[in-house]
Amino acid sequence: MSNQNTTIAFVRDNMLDQQPAPRGQVGMSKWIRDNLFSNWLNTALTLVSIVLIYSLLRGALPWIFGGVWDANSLQECREILSGRHAACWGVINERWQQIFYGTFFPSSEYWRTHIAFVLLIIAVLPVLFDALPRKLLWLTAAYPFLMVWLIWGGSLWGPLSIAMGFVVAYFATIGAGRYMGSGLSTLVGVAIALLWWFLIGPAIVGVLNDTVPLFALREIQSRELGGFVISMIIGVSGIALSLPIGIVLALGRQSDLPLVKAMCIGFIEFFRGVPLITLLFTASLLLNYFLPPDVVFDLTLRVIVMVTLFSSAYMAEVIRGGLAALPKGQYEAADALGLDYWQAQRLIIMPQALKISIPGIVNTFIGLFKDTTLVFFIGIFDMLAAAQAIRANSAWNGITWELYIFIGLIFWVCCFSMSRYSQWLERKLRTDHH
Amino acid sequence: MKKTVFLSALAAAGLVASGAMAQDSGSSTLAAVKEHGALKCGVNPGTPGFAAPDANGVWKGFDVDLCRAVAAAIFGDPEKVEYTPLTSAVRFTALSSGEVDMLARNTTWTFSRDVDLKLEFTGVNYYDGQGFMVPKDLGVSSAKELSGATVCIETGTTTELNLADFFRVNGLDYEPVPVESFTEAQNQFLAGACDVYTTDASALAASRASFETPNDYVVLPEIISKEPLGPLVRHGDSEWGDVVRWTLNAMVSAEELGVTSANAADMAANGTENPEINRLLGGEGELGAMLGLPNDFGLNIITKVGNYGESFEANIGESTPVGLARGLNALWTEGGLIYSPPFR
Repeated sequence: MSNQNTTIAFVRDNMLDQQPAPRGQVGMSKWIRDNLFSNWLNTALTLVSIVLIYSLLRGALPWIFGGVWDANSLQECREILSGRHAACWGVINERWQQIFYGTFFPSSEYWRTHIAFVLLIIAVLPVLFDALPRKLLWLTAAYPFLMVWLIWGGSLWGPLSIAMGFVVAYFATIGAGRYMGSGLSTLVGVAIALLWWFLIGPAIVGVLNDTVPLFALREIQSRELGGFVISMIIGVSGIALSLPIGIVLALGRQSDLPLVKAMCIGFIEFFRGVPLITLLFTASLLLNYFLPPDVVFDLTLRVIVMVTLFSSAYMAEVIRGGLAALPKGQYEAADALGLDYWQAQRLIIMPQALKISIPGIVNTFIGLFKDTTLVFFIGIFDMLAAAQAIRANSAWNGITWELYIFIGLIFWVCCFSMSRYSQWLERKLRTDHH
Repeated sequence: MKKTVFLSALAAAGLVASGAMAQDSGSSTLAAVKEHGALKCGVNPGTPGFAAPDANGVWKGFDVDLCRAVAAAIFGDPEKVEYTPLTSAVRFTALSSGEVDMLARNTTWTFSRDVDLKLEFTGVNYYDGQGFMVPKDLGVSSAKELSGATVCIETGTTTELNLADFFRVNGLDYEPVPVESFTEAQNQFLAGACDVYTTDASALAASRASFETPNDYVVLPEIISKEPLGPLVRHGDSEWGDVVRWTLNAMVSAEELGVTSANAADMAANGTENPEINRLLGGEGELGAMLGLPNDFGLNIITKVGNYGESFEANIGESTPVGLARGLNALWTEGGLIYSPPFR
């Protein structure tokens, strides 16, 4: 080759090895220089921040890690610390059960909440991760009934009978569908389910409970629930129920049927326009004015209903945002394929609209979960109320930060996991490979 | 003790909504309680010494004892109580709506609550009054020396109004530091955000007892308001009001007559020379039947809960961390205001 190019004075025939980038252009030092000390303003801000963070940590870290875990009262803590300024974690050590399980939950029954919690995780996982076996979804469907039985106790016949109502409604709808249209047969199904839930079921359950109680657990009254358990019950029920109701409301608001549309708009605007605390007051206090004196309508149930209605109104608007963001062509494409309304929603519209709405949906979920602390004002002993009750004991009167930090941490863990999951889901569902 | 504009509005709205309905159930609260099998009692969600669940989730306290006493009078069992913890904002609405049968929740008896909110106070179980606490360093020995002080005050309460009145009457000026809750007030005061913390004297004492260095703070001698705290029921059911009223009176009478939880059973079994003790314990007369209660309701109250003095000493007395002296709450024979009409 070289004899053909004699005019060329020099040809490199071996490549130089790649050199590392000069020091100062890579790694930590470059990152620090580029991001923290790129100009005099940044340098000044960095130095101020370092001083601030240092002074914060210098106070906080010894306070947190130098705290006393082994004490049975604030006085004891103070004696152990003997003037040193540090946390008294003894209160958490001694009373964490009250914050988790509620102040009044009998300690012999704690295992039931453990099982309910583990089952909740197992039931939720197949919904969250589609790599898991689909058969687990049966557990998800059964979970609400298991949960009611585990937490409130009593015989398993009651929850079974409620579940049977759905089965009865399903077969009634199918059966009636042979003789009439789908709308009318659904109505028949609903009517038969109501008949089952309010007349036939309770009668059968009453007889069965008297003769052969099935796995009867000690009954727990609603007012004995509290702490993290009640937050989870209200939060999870609200989340699980508000998404489907929200979807239906969002579709209803887009509907061409004027009556459906008006009802959905009325519902959404009413519940969005009223503060949650007002709804809770209505549930706990004003409802009593309208109910006959002997009607017992469980307080926890009333609260779950109100929280669900409230958040489904928000959910509907979030999903409507997703629907509005879809290009019109998607709807037209669905029509062109000959899909009917429900097929189009299920196969084309909703998967895309929900994907767009994920950040908003999770936002609503997190808000709902934190809003469960409002039940304190209607006499439900959630974590904050438990904290107040602990402080009212002479042993722990005067303690504040430790309890609130602990409760804050619990909420943070829950909300942060939700947020991380939604980010993971967004990445997974991303189809625009830019 | 505390009254917010909000709760009045809420309670008023509730009452207007109920309108003429005014408690059908109210005409027979006692029957409803008996049928339900437990007394629904509204209590404070957490006030040291007055009402708070302990480490096992059992309600304890001076106000709680009143609920227990009423349950003991009706059922002979002080445990047959369902406690509903109520914030000051919702307590009256909860009572009016029938969510609870009675309130024993350190509530000040005032004209407007009695008359305008259509509630009935059935006695006074604690005579309180508003006081001031200051750091010792301030070198103040009387509230009249507090001119120009910053004062931590819970917003929307009667204490706020009392404070304004007191400073105006005495021609002093002050700078209020509004706070939202008891805890916040305590923290602000300890952090030095205000010179003075004012609220009911019993709460001041309890609060001071919880400080790391209680001796660095003093409660000033002035009491600037009357805060008679007592149990209350709905208007319109005098029979039920009588049950609650005479339960409290039975506890007070027992102390007057020297009947205690220790000697009551003995006195009832053997009878005494004093006919009033016999009537109180059900040995003579038909007082219980007149109330629609078992005739030994007084005996049940005293053996199972204790007399007024015993309840006071066990929950808020000087041997407890709350450490309140009897003061105004001593018997009338000992210079206090506690006085029961006779059992006759």
